Parts: sequence; C-alpha cells; structure tokens
Amino acid sequence: MTGYIHSTESFGTVDGPGVRFVIFFQGCPMRCLYCHNPDTWDFHGGTAVTEDALLAQFERNRPFYRSGGITATGGEPMAQLPFLTSLFTKAHAAGVHTCLDTSGIVYTAAQQEAFDTLLRVTDLVMLDIKHIDPERHRALTGHSNEAVLAFAERTAALGVPLWIRHVIVPGWTDGEDEQLALGRRLAAFPNLKALDVLPYHTMGRRKYEALGIPYPLGDTPAVTPEAAGAARAVILRGLKQGLRERHGK
Amino acid sequence: MFTSFAPEWEGFTPGRWSNTSVNVRDFIQKNITPYDGDESFLEGPTEATTKLWEQVMELSRQEREAGGVLDMDTSIISTITSHGPGYLNKDLEKIVGLQTDKPFKRSLQPFGGIRMAQQACREYGYEVDPKVVEIFTKYRKTHNQAVFDAYTPEMKLARHAAILTGLPDAYGRGRIIGDYRRVALYGIDMLIEDKEHQKATHFVRMTSKNIRLREELSEQINALRDLKKLGEIYGFDISRPAKNAQEAVQWLYFGYLAAVKEQNGAAMSLGRTSSFLDIYIQRDLDRGILTEREAQELIDHFIMKLRLVRFARTPEYNSLFSGDPTWVTESIGGVSVDGQHMVTKNSFRYLNTLNDLGTAPEPNMTILWSTRLPRNFKRFCARMSIKSSSIQYENDDLMRVTHGDDYAIACCVSSMRVGKEMQFFGARANLAKCLLYAINGGVDERLGVQVGPKYRPVEGEYLDYDDVMEKYDDMMEWLAGLYVNTLNVIHYMHDKYSYERVQMALHDRDVKRYFATGIAGLSVVADSLSAIKYAKVKPIRQDIEIRDRAGNVTGVAKNVVVDYEIEGDFPKYGNDDDRVDQIAVNIVRTFMDKIRKHHTYRDSVPTMSILTITSNVVYGKKTGNTPDGRKQGVPLAPGANPMHGRDSHGAVASLSSVAKLPFRHAQDGISNTFSIIPDALGKNTKIFAGDLDIDRLTQEALNEDDAD
Repeated sequence: MTGYIHSTESFGTVDGPGVRFVIFFQGCPMRCLYCHNPDTWDFHGGTAVTEDALLAQFERNRPFYRSGGITATGGEPMAQLPFLTSLFTKAHAAGVHTCLDTSGIVYTAAQQEAFDTLLRVTDLVMLDIKHIDPERHRALTGHSNEAVLAFAERTAALGVPLWIRHVIVPGWTDGEDEQLALGRRLAAFPNLKALDVLPYHTMGRRKYEALGIPYPLGDTPAVTPEAAGAARAVILRGLKQGLRERHGK
Repeated sequence: MFTSFAPEWEGFTPGRWSNTSVNVRDFIQKNITPYDGDESFLEGPTEATTKLWEQVMELSRQEREAGGVLDMDTSIISTITSHGPGYLNKDLEKIVGLQTDKPFKRSLQPFGGIRMAQQACREYGYEVDPKVVEIFTKYRKTHNQAVFDAYTPEMKLARHAAILTGLPDAYGRGRIIGDYRRVALYGIDMLIEDKEHQKATHFVRMTSKNIRLREELSEQINALRDLKKLGEIYGFDISRPAKNAQEAVQWLYFGYLAAVKEQNGAAMSLGRTSSFLDIYIQRDLDRGILTEREAQELIDHFIMKLRLVRFARTPEYNSLFSGDPTWVTESIGGVSVDGQHMVTKNSFRYLNTLNDLGTAPEPNMTILWSTRLPRNFKRFCARMSIKSSSIQYENDDLMRVTHGDDYAIACCVSSMRVGKEMQFFGARANLAKCLLYAINGGVDERLGVQVGPKYRPVEGEYLDYDDVMEKYDDMMEWLAGLYVNTLNVIHYMHDKYSYERVQMALHDRDVKRYFATGIAGLSVVADSLSAIKYAKVKPIRQDIEIRDRAGNVTGVAKNVVVDYEIEGDFPKYGNDDDRVDQIAVNIVRTFMDKIRKHHTYRDSVPTMSILTITSNVVYGKKTGNTPDGRKQGVPLAPGANPMHGRDSHGAVASLSSVAKLPFRHAQDGISNTFSIIPDALGKNTKIFAGDLDIDRLTQEALNEDDAD
C-alpha cells in the first residue's frame, strides 16, 4: 500500500515513550492557528512510500528503539486511514509499539468499524484537545471538537491507553474556566494515562515566513514552562472534580 | 617474584598480582566493589577544594590576560627531577606535585625539537637560553632534526602539501599510557626489581634489536630511580607500596607527573584509574579512617592537578588542535570479561568533579559504555552530559572483544591494554585530497605542483565513476606506502632521540605495538563518489600558478581541475542509505588493506583511526573544492561524522551510517561528534508532563474535602 508522508525522524524523543521512529504524514484538514508544521497541511504534497519500506527502515535500527517504537504524526495520520491501519497492523504483528499522535478530527461514527480496526493495533493514542468549548475550538482550528471527543470515547471503549495533549495559548486556552472544564471532561476517560500540557512557542513563525503564509497568532507571546505547569495543576483539579461527580460524591 | 605479602596490602585479597608478577588487572578483579546505586552518596567540595580552585581560576584569568602563557622555563631542561617542589597552597593540597616549581609555569622540553621549543617561547615573548640552544643544535640531536635527516624529498613534499597531516615529527608523539597504577600498588623498589629481572632474563645474543631493548630497559630503570627521587622532592617515600587512599592517589599521580615532566606528547592520557583507586578508598572507608567527604576531596584535588597540566606549544600547533589540549583521557566503567560491570563509587566521584570544580575539557572523562552498565550509573552519566557537555563515550561491548577488560583510551579513541600495549601515533592521511590527486594525476589542486605520482588525470566533460574509482585506487596505493614509510622514519627516530622512558618503565617488557595510522575526510570522499555515481559532476579546469616558498611564480600548471558543478541530487552519507554508506565502508577497508601491505617499524600491528575532533578545520583549509560541492576552506567533518547539515533523517539514521564502518578495519577507533540541545533529548517531566494514575486520582478525589 502507498501513503504520502512529509518526512521521517529517526530519533524522536518527545512523541511518545522512549526513542521513536517518527513518521510525519502529509496532509491535514485542521488549520490550527498555532500549528508549527504548516508544511504538512497540503494533501497534494509529500513523498509516496509503502508501509513495508517504512517498516524496513525501522527494522534496520531496531536496537535503538528497544524502549520506544513507531509514532505516526503529521499532518493528520488518520486522514490516510487504510494506509495507517495497514502500517500499524504490520508493526503491531512484529511486536513494535505503535503510537498514534492525532487530533481525532477525521473520526466519523459512520466509519466506526474502520477506526476500531486501527485502534485494535494501536498501543497508545496521543490525542490533542485544542479547546474544550466547541465554538472556541472551531475558531481556533476551523472545526468543532465533536469528532475529537467522539474519537476519545472510542479509545475508552476499546481500552487503548490515552495521553491527552493540550497547548496553553495566551488569549485562547489560558483561562481557568476552560482548563477546569477540560479537566472535568477528561474524567470520562478511564484509559487516560498521561496529561501533557505544552506551553505555546513561537518557533513555527519562521516556517510560515518561509512558506509565505501570514502568521495567524501575530505577536502572541510564548508561554513559560512554569505557566504550563500551573495550567496543568488547574486541569488536574478539574479532573478530580469530574471524578468525584462520576463516583457519586 | 614477590617473596612476601607487603604490609601495605593488608586487607586486600591476594592473587597472582601479589604472588607471581606485576598484574594490576588481577588485583582489580579480586578486589573491586561494583556499585549499582545512584549518586545520592556523593559529597560536594570541601572548603579547601573551593579555595584552591578559586586560586586556579584566578591564575587562569591571569594566563588569558597575559596572552595565553603565564610563565615559561627558558634554561632548566625538564626532567623527572629537574625542579624543586611546587605548590598551589601547600597547607590545603591533599595531592601535590607540579610540572615545574610554580603553577602554570611551562617547562622546557627540547628533546622533540629545539626549534619548536624556541618558537613556542618566542611567540610568548621568551627566549630560550643560548646555552641550551647550543647544546641541542651542536651536541645533542633532537627527534625533529633526526627525522628530517632521514626524510626523502617526496615525504617532505607530501607533508608540505598536507596530504599527510599532523605528523609527529616536530613534537612528541604521545598516546603512550604508562600503567601509573603500578606505582601505587607495588612501589618503586618492586618495580625496579622486576625490571632488573626482565633485563637479566633477556636474550644475550647482541643483535641490534636485542641491544636496543637492553638499552631501553636500563633507561627504564634509571627513570624509576628518578621517579623515586621525585617522591623524595615532595617528601614522600614511594619506594614502597601505597598504604592508604591518599598515598595511592599520590603515588599514581607521581607516575603521571614524571611522564608529563619528560614528554610533551600530543596526547598524555591517564589510563583507567578510577575503579583501581576505589579499592583503596573503599578499604579506608571500611576501616573508618576516611569519610566520603575526604574521599571526594582526594579525587577533586587529583583532578585539579590534571587540569593544571600545561605544555609550551606554538600557536600553529594550537590552531591544529583548536586550543591547547593535553588529552588527559581517563577511561571509566566498562564490563569485565566475566560479565560483571566495573562501575564503582569512584566512577561517580570522578564525574562529580565536574560539579565540584565545574565543567572542563580536561581530564577527558571517557565512559566505557556497555548495555550492561548499571542503570543508575547510565542515568547519572546522561545527567552529567546534559549538564557539562564534557563526557566522551566509547563502545566497551565492541572493544572488550579485542582488548579484554583492562584497556584504556589514549587521546580520543585509541584503545590499548594498559601496560601491555602501546602505539605509534600516526596522524592522518587526507583521503579527500587523495581523491583530488586521483582526478588531477598527482598534481596538488592548490599548489599546482606534482606531489603524487604523475598518473593520467581524468578526461572528458563529466566525471565517470568507474574511471575515478580506478584512479583513486592507484592513488591510495601510492599514498598508503608513502604514509607508512614516513611514519617508520618518525617512530624510529622518536625511540632513538626522545624515548618515553618512564612511561615504558610502567609497561611489561614485551609489549604489543600498534602502528596507528589515521584518515581524514571520509564523509567528503563518500559524498563525492556518491555525487559522481548518482548525479552528474562536471569538472572545471583552470591553469594555476606555481609559487616557491618566497611567493615568486616559478611556473604554471595547465588544466588543473579546481572546481566541480553538480547536476542533480545524490544520496549523502549520514542518512542510513546503503548506496552511499557502502562507499564509505569500502574506502575504509580498501585503504586499511593497502596500509597492511607495508613493513611497519618494530613489528608493530597496523591499525587505523577515523578520527579528527578538531584538526579537521585546518585540514579543510588545505583541501581544495571537492566533487560533493564542498568549497575550499570549508572544514572536513570531524572523524567519521557526516558532513554538517547533510544528515536530514535524525540522529539514529546518522549514527547508523557511522556504525556501519567496520571496527576491524579501523581498530584504532572511529569517532563521532554528537551535539544536541537538551530539550531534544526528551521532556523535562517534572515541569509540565507526566503520568497519571486514574485510580489513585479517583481515590484522592474522593478522600479530599470538596473544597471547590
């Protein structure tokens, strides 16, 4: 099977546990204002490659990935669902830890069985929740977050370990109400294994300049790691509230 | 040979080391206490350490302000016993001994070459005593003069054109590691007794080979006697074994100090001392006569001394090595042949000096890395690497197969069994330049002169891979022969005129000698050949003027290829792409096989390194434009590294390309310089990421009062 990828990174250390072979898929329907990989948006670009070629590349250096595995990211990997499923099926069968870094945005209930097939060969889902409020989510990414949360429900139903990632962007997600609401919503996912709260950074700006795209967030300042840490504490507070509500207290 | 168990050994497990012969490895194996714990036991610097180090920093500042050199000897010729005692602060120093009578004062070492010594002094505003100059020009030949007496015109030309680079013909060859631990374990008297025995039992048929060895053994014995005197100068009797940790560190350091007082070698490495010394420290800790704080202080003061080592060198030398390096390499960790790791608490203490004294390039802390090192130690190394960027890693799993479990690294990558193997350091052949010679029929692309043999240059509009490879093979054949023979001259003369008597006294009699050649420019060659094979490379020809040393034009070289135009893309070394990586592998094996064809001095075993940590910058200046698109003057990549910016698939792909190079054809070591920002190594989990345990959180939530 052939898919389209932007590139590969042989030494991924921030996209899942351990040292990972990271595959950047080409093409994404989202237009997140703070996206730092705008070069992966275009569905018409990328390099054609087969899943076997990617796995062969991984296998040659497998000793490096003993505590890691393969991460599919992008772009939006699930936008190439059949290719991604085939890749993960083969990797999973070979005993390779598979990690899916996704926005969940392309999930539809109509195709639930196809997505479930993918999740059965996925060892870890890293789901980006850009905003918990549907309307703010639309303003931030161009889409409602309905599909995102529906996909998260499927991961819970199938018991796939879930890491939630959330970026703190000044003026967008730095409010306590939003953070508490997000935390409360996360209480619905017993498969939640980690919460990664990332500070917004401005390193993507240069890519926009190189691509000739106006930078949507203008002069929005970067967030300090400490502020992200504080936000994480708020989200956890919300999570505990949610857990209490769910467990009848 | 030993008649009794020395009282200083009380508490040690006896063995061959105490019954039969000088055998430090056996002592370590019988007495080591491997440590699996973490770094929490470590202690910080004592007041004395901090005070001494402040003094060193102040002297460093003064040295910088004085233009790089604070003080120089101009009339005392440095020998083991040439100077009275010197101190930083006698009352505070737990470990003592300086190269001269004052810290930061550089000693005068003219045996390698008087002109180099004069030049080094002159550059910093000093003048060597005319009497010394007279002795070393009129009455006593130096290594440098002897080499040039024997060089052929071809050798001199190859050296001038820099196709052979960094040859140790005007400076000390270095890279010989004395087994300084023997001084501590046995004391000088037992070592002299052993050497006397070696001499008495050696061949008596007087061939030149046997005469040389007999003379050398006598030199070694003299050096040991001087070493004993060096101890006396500082008030110690090192004729007997060390009886406690402080003496062990001190005795060992005297051995090393004697070496740097007599040899200004390109690399003066220390060996593998940390776990050896741990045995003494552990014994004292167990006896309750030493605290952890005092143990760390001993190591801090020892490492401080190693950081003080200075040589008088010329700015030209310093530019070759990008600084003023001494390569005091110390090998730490590793695994023994029976599978037990050899990490001790003292391995931690050595690395902890980077905390106590701050980060520094010397001594060159080198971890002998194995997958089987304890996890806590690995984590500590990683943390210290991130903090200091000062740690070198070498593959113990690879080298142990060849060298066993008591080898050490000299310089950056050269491995040898301590006290049993030595090497003749051989600088580098510039294989990138050799490729240009193949293209130009032996004419140097910068100088226009015929340096290599006058073979047929490439013809036609585009370079043809098979044609270039055939010519390259011929040119490498020539270069390998010239290179080995040049080194034969150098090492014959170095043995004769600048013999490392104290270092060799701390070796067995019958040592294995390596003939350590090296290559530079591997990634440039691989990418160039890849470009010729997979893209189209058009040579640009030009006439160039030939000049004599004074700069006058003496002729014109016609139609020299001086540049290249590349059409299309090509696979680049450093991306785990076999199409080009295999070219690199083949070049390494081919050149090594050509080296192997030649006679090497003193039955030494030829090896090769792919190593240049700093000198690749100078080599790049002397190498013209290359067919991979690299321009004249651009540095070659260091060691076996891919060319800067051409590895585009991440670190694992880049390392995999390097890892394909065969160790058996590059047994003197393959280096790879790795830089990465700490954030790219993973997340700082403590700040904003982290695992969640939903069950635990639920419990917590239910137990907490509903404060929200």
